[in-house]
Amino acid sequence: MNKVSIHQKINEILVEEFEVDEDVIHPNALLKESLDLDSLDYVDLVVIIESNFGVKLVEADFAEMVTFQDFYDVVERKIAAKD
Amino acid sequence: MNKRVVITGMGIYSCIGTNLEEVRQSLFEGKSGIVVDADRLDFGFKSPLTGMVPAPDLKKVLSRRQRISMGEESEYAYMATLEALHNAALSEADMLQREVGILYGNDSVSKAIVDATDIAREKKDTQLIGSGAIFKSMNSTVTMNLATIFGLSGVNMTISAACASGSHAIGLGFMFIQQGLQDLIICGGAQEINPYAMASFDGLGVFATDIDHPESASRPFDKRRTGLVPSGGAATVILESYESAMERGAPILAEVLGYGFSSNGGHISTPNIDGPAKAMRRALEQAGIKPEEVDYINAHATSTPIGDANEAKAIMEVFGSRPYVSSTKSMTGHECWMAGASEIVYATLMMQHGFIAPTINLEEPDDDIKELNFVSSTITQEFDIYLSNSFGFGGTNSAVVVKKFNHE
Repeated sequence: MNKVSIHQKINEILVEEFEVDEDVIHPNALLKESLDLDSLDYVDLVVIIESNFGVKLVEADFAEMVTFQDFYDVVERKIAAKD
Repeated sequence: MNKRVVITGMGIYSCIGTNLEEVRQSLFEGKSGIVVDADRLDFGFKSPLTGMVPAPDLKKVLSRRQRISMGEESEYAYMATLEALHNAALSEADMLQREVGILYGNDSVSKAIVDATDIAREKKDTQLIGSGAIFKSMNSTVTMNLATIFGLSGVNMTISAACASGSHAIGLGFMFIQQGLQDLIICGGAQEINPYAMASFDGLGVFATDIDHPESASRPFDKRRTGLVPSGGAATVILESYESAMERGAPILAEVLGYGFSSNGGHISTPNIDGPAKAMRRALEQAGIKPEEVDYINAHATSTPIGDANEAKAIMEVFGSRPYVSSTKSMTGHECWMAGASEIVYATLMMQHGFIAPTINLEEPDDDIKELNFVSSTITQEFDIYLSNSFGFGGTNSAVVVKKFNHE
C-alpha cells in the first residue's frame, strides 16, 4: 500500500466512521482539535486503524500525532514495519 | 400530603406500530405483530416466532459519540421517548430548565455482551472492543444513554425486575412524585429483539410453536395455546405531578392512582396466586378505590397454562368476574422488560379512545378460568379506571391502577 492510498484510506475512514467533514481534513491541521477527540475517541481510532490496516496504535503514538500528517506518518511507519 | 401523579405524555415503539396512532389502530383492529425470524432456526431455536420492530435510523438525529453507546434497546427507548416528550409538550429547553428524572425498565443487554466478547476472543486484545461497548453492556444502558442525550438532572436509574421491569419503573416513578421528591420523570421499559437475548428462554421449551400461523400463535388463556411468543421494542410514559402539569399547561392524559408490588417467595419461574393477588390488593389500597370501581384489567397473561390459570384465579379472588379482562400480548407477544410499560400505554390508549382491545385468538378459555369476563373481540366501551398486571421470574409482581383524568 503506497503513501497516497494510505492517506486516502485514512481520510475515508475519518469521514465514514468518525463522520468528520471532509473540509477539516488537511495535512497541517491539528488532529485533536479538528476531530474534537476525547479520551474515548482515541480508543476508537485504535480500533479502526487495526481493522483497516492490521496495525495497532499505542499510547506513545498519540503523543506524536499532533497534525493529520503526523497521523499518516505513524500509520505508514507501522505498516512498513509490519510488511 | 401526597401529590397527585398524572401522565402527560406517552410514546411507543412496538411490533404493532411505531407511534401512538399506529398502535391505537392495531389495538382496535386486533392486529398481530408476530412474524417468523428464520435466523432463529439456524441458531437452534425451537421456535422462530417473535415480534419484530424496524431498526431506527438515528444517524441524522444523534452524533456518532451518542450512537456508539447505544444498543438496540436504547435506540427503541429513544424513539419512544421522543414521541412521549413531544406528546407532553416538553421541549429540549424545558428539559434543561427543569429537574427531570428517568426510571426505565431493562433486564438484559445480551447482544452487546456477546458482540464484545466475540471481538475479545478473536483479537485477544480488549482495547479492540471499542469505546461504546461498555456503555451498551450494562443493564442501565437505557437510562445512562437517555439521561446523557436529554441532559437530565433528576433521579436516574434502571429497574431490573424481569418481565415486570417496566411496570415497576412506572410504579416507582409514581412513588417518587407522590412523595414530592420529583416533579417530572421519564418512565418506561425497553426490550432487545435478537436471538442472543432469547436463546436460553427458548431452551426452556415454553415458546409457541405454531410456525405456520404466526398471527395466531400468541393466545393467552386459550386452551389451544402452545406457549408464549417473545417480542420487544420500548414504551415511555411521562409521569408528572399535577401541579407541574398545570403550571406548564401540559396535556393530561390520565392519572396514576396506585401501585402494588409483592414477591411470591416460591418457585423461580412458576407463578402462584397469592403474590399477584397481594400486589393487586395493594394497588387498590394505594389508589383508595374498591375492586368494583375497576372497569378493565390488562392481564399479564404469561401464556403458559399455570401462569394464565393462577393470574385468572388471583383476579377472580380480588375482583370476581365483573371487570373486563384482556391481554394485549395476544397481539404484541411478550414484550418482557418493556411489557409493563407498553401495557400502560396500550390500556391508556384504550381508555382515551373508548374501547377495549381483545385477547385475539382466544377461542376457548381453559375450563377452570371460564368465569372471567374475557374480551375476545374489540368492545366499544368508555371506561374510567383500569389495572395493569405485570409479573416476572423470581416471583416479582407489579400492579398499577390508572384513572381517566378529571380535575376533581
